[in-house]
Amino acid sequence: MRRVGGRLLRWWRQLTAMRTALILLFLLAVAAIPGSLLPQRSLSQSNVTRYFADHPTLAPVLDKLYLFGVFSSPWFAAIYLLLFISLIGCVLPRAAEHARNLLSSPPAAPRHLQQLPESTELTASLPPVAALDVVEEELRVKRFRVVRREGRAGPELSAEKGYLRETGNLLFHLSLLALLLGLAGGKLWGYEGSILVTEGGGFCNSFQQYDTYSAGPLVSQSDLTPLCVDLTDFRAEYEANGTAASFTADLDYGLAGAAMRATTIGVNHPLRVDGDRVYVTGHGFSPSFTVVLPDGRSFDDVSAPFLPTETATMASEGALKLPDLGAGATDQLALQGFFAPTGLLQGSVLVSTDPRPLNPQVAIFVYRGYLGLDSGLPQSVYSLDQTQIDRDQLTKVGTANLSVGESTTLDDGTVVTFSGLKEFAALQLSHDPGQGWVLAAAISLLVGLLGMLLVRRERVFARVGPAPDGGGTVLSIGSLTRGSADTAPRFTALTDQVRTALADRNRTSAPDAAAPSARGGAPEKEIPSS
Amino acid sequence: MIDPSLAALSDNLFSVAVVLYSLAVVAFCAELAFGNWPARSRELVAVGAGAPTVVQPGALDGPPAESPGARRLGGVAMALTVLGGVAHAAVLVTRGMAADRLPWGNMYEFATAVVLVAVVAYTVLALRAPVLRHIGAFVLGPVVLAMVLIGLFLYASAGPLVAALRSWWLGVHVTTAILGFGIFFVSGIASVLYLLRSRYEQKAAAGLAPSSSLLARLPSAAALDRTAHRTAVFGFPIWTFAVIAGAIWAESAWGRFWGWDPKETWAFIAWVVYAAYLHARTTAGWRGRPSAWVNVVGLAVMVFNLLYVNMVSTGLHSYAGVN
Ligand code: HEM
Repeated sequence: MRRVGGRLLRWWRQLTAMRTALILLFLLAVAAIPGSLLPQRSLSQSNVTRYFADHPTLAPVLDKLYLFGVFSSPWFAAIYLLLFISLIGCVLPRAAEHARNLLSSPPAAPRHLQQLPESTELTASLPPVAALDVVEEELRVKRFRVVRREGRAGPELSAEKGYLRETGNLLFHLSLLALLLGLAGGKLWGYEGSILVTEGGGFCNSFQQYDTYSAGPLVSQSDLTPLCVDLTDFRAEYEANGTAASFTADLDYGLAGAAMRATTIGVNHPLRVDGDRVYVTGHGFSPSFTVVLPDGRSFDDVSAPFLPTETATMASEGALKLPDLGAGATDQLALQGFFAPTGLLQGSVLVSTDPRPLNPQVAIFVYRGYLGLDSGLPQSVYSLDQTQIDRDQLTKVGTANLSVGESTTLDDGTVVTFSGLKEFAALQLSHDPGQGWVLAAAISLLVGLLGMLLVRRERVFARVGPAPDGGGTVLSIGSLTRGSADTAPRFTALTDQVRTALADRNRTSAPDAAAPSARGGAPEKEIPSS
Repeated sequence: MIDPSLAALSDNLFSVAVVLYSLAVVAFCAELAFGNWPARSRELVAVGAGAPTVVQPGALDGPPAESPGARRLGGVAMALTVLGGVAHAAVLVTRGMAADRLPWGNMYEFATAVVLVAVVAYTVLALRAPVLRHIGAFVLGPVVLAMVLIGLFLYASAGPLVAALRSWWLGVHVTTAILGFGIFFVSGIASVLYLLRSRYEQKAAAGLAPSSSLLARLPSAAALDRTAHRTAVFGFPIWTFAVIAGAIWAESAWGRFWGWDPKETWAFIAWVVYAAYLHARTTAGWRGRPSAWVNVVGLAVMVFNLLYVNMVSTGLHSYAGVN
């Protein structure tokens, strides 16, 4: 039992050693590297899918090692958890010791002052205690905490300042812990959902409505604020050279059932309500079509968002599905194609030359047949199911390049008209209860860091004794500084000041040099001060 | 919107700065080559042999005796550096005026500004501690190389900012990132020189180093190490702030404050490496050369983050403006 305890203690010591922290820090940095070189699911599922297609043998192996989700992998978590346990293990004892240090007086002077990084000896004709008084005065002016003791080799003095350095150090390391807790809280209780909303449309905050969403393990549907958002208008503005200048979305928002309020959001300006934020993360066009069947039934201005494939020109691709052509119709209709806000025909190929809708055109294929929507397999709303086309369940019944207002007539007399376009915005609703904590922790981390790096902790020790030849006093001073490299000039300045003060005092007190100094009576008593 | 004559002036000033820096390099090299250094290496051996690990303040801090001619060359080199820096700053000022915005909206401008910060950091160091002037050739050399590469491969003509960058946070986040990077640049060079010089001092202590070596004319290993550490200590909080500001900006621009985007990931890696450097300096067994290597790795990570992540990988930070 004791042996086990001893071994545990040794492990604990090792884990909380600075060297271990250093190695764990390196491991953390190295572990992050694959996360930036390989596609990550959290960033782009489609890049991961492409990687699987390009590297069919390698990808599954990498996947087993969690390399497509490095930052949520168990081994990444293991490293930072170990690091933070190590951090707790070293910070808490240090905090306790620092508290004790703040309450007690500076440590006793080391036996051999000459072994300190900076040290010197001065001679004075003052009596020993008076010489030490002079040193104390100089140090107090410099805001040192000073204590005097009666040492084995004579009266001595210890002085210290720069406690903020250690306070900053502790604040920094504790803030790292707080930061991790904030991050973890945000991951557990946070969620985000994305949805494409066409002008005139809207959504309410629920997982069923989002196109994609991700939520922490402790989030349940009932935790979602019942916020609803309607997109009334979307505008994209461009500079003359085609650089995107601004994207703005006019919204109405409010809690379900309550009054709606209007606001405008845009890039860098989300909507913030009570812990929920709504962002515009993208935009695009929804071309609309009017379909008139041979029997006169018509579907007016039906539209679907086409996803931009090229942000510079907003060339987009998408599909419009008409699964229900009305009572009695067995066939379904769909069109799939390419949208160009500013179209230009190069030969027979339509390309886009400008992101603004200056001359909107579409190039479409029209299909008739069975879309397979109720087959049970999920289908993208942005494209047709290629297997239905391959199986001849869907047959191409027309192709056309259309400008707004133009139409094409199918073999059976159905007329498809490109009737106009609307803009859509990609909206994202995010909820992260941890982020306020993380911000506070980051700020206190920075404050602690500044304290730790800018403040230097200085200790000065002095001891006096009679000169060997009997005439006067030998004053030894030494100092130990943590933090700054340039200790020599500071120490020289201090000793110069002491030397000058000793000389001054010598002159003014020369007549009664023999009289005992005020403090001389009780040198063994400690006189701590703040 | 873009003022073409100011934009052209900015591009010309870029060439002027490169020429001035190149002349400064020549002058720094001449100072190293023609300065005569009597008794230099003998003294080094003596000090080194007596106390190989103890820093003797002052004794090793730099070339003790320099001929007046060499000192004059050094002065000329510093003057050229400062003039180059003025032209360099004017590159950015005129560019900002041409486009009517902060002049760090693409990779060309960002990298140019980083190099300017490095030059300013070096100049300040060299004016405060003249012994550090002797690393001038080793700072200005990489500066000229960087400027030429920037001009050749990163150049982007003056233009408006993309929507995502039109934010107050550009001024906060990118400015501090530039400051941090420029300072780390000088710090990394100091560590490289420390690595070279400390090996030289070991050899000199064993009596194996030629006194004619260029390394004999560098500041002492201790002074270089101290310079590297102090610049890193200065740069680290700035870099920390830049990362935090980036996270705050990302929260309002991209919907989350941290998403392990490649640029974020590498900024984090750099931060961890520099934290490790500061730790290594106070960890037994890591002081001296191992910790200097950590600093060099830190600089490599910063450069990698600028070049690779902007140009090869795709992420939200793709504002490079380089095709
Ligand atoms: C077991 C874990 C850790 C231990 C035992 C530890 C210990 C220490 C100690 C003793 C110092 C003071 C050095 C001095 O005063 O000169 C220090 C400073 C510092 N620590 Fe840590 N630390 C740990 C983890 C971390 C982590 C995870 C980070 C950041 C990623 C970090 C960043 C820093 C920085 C930047 C300094 C400043 C160094 C300087 O003073 O120049 N530490 N740490």
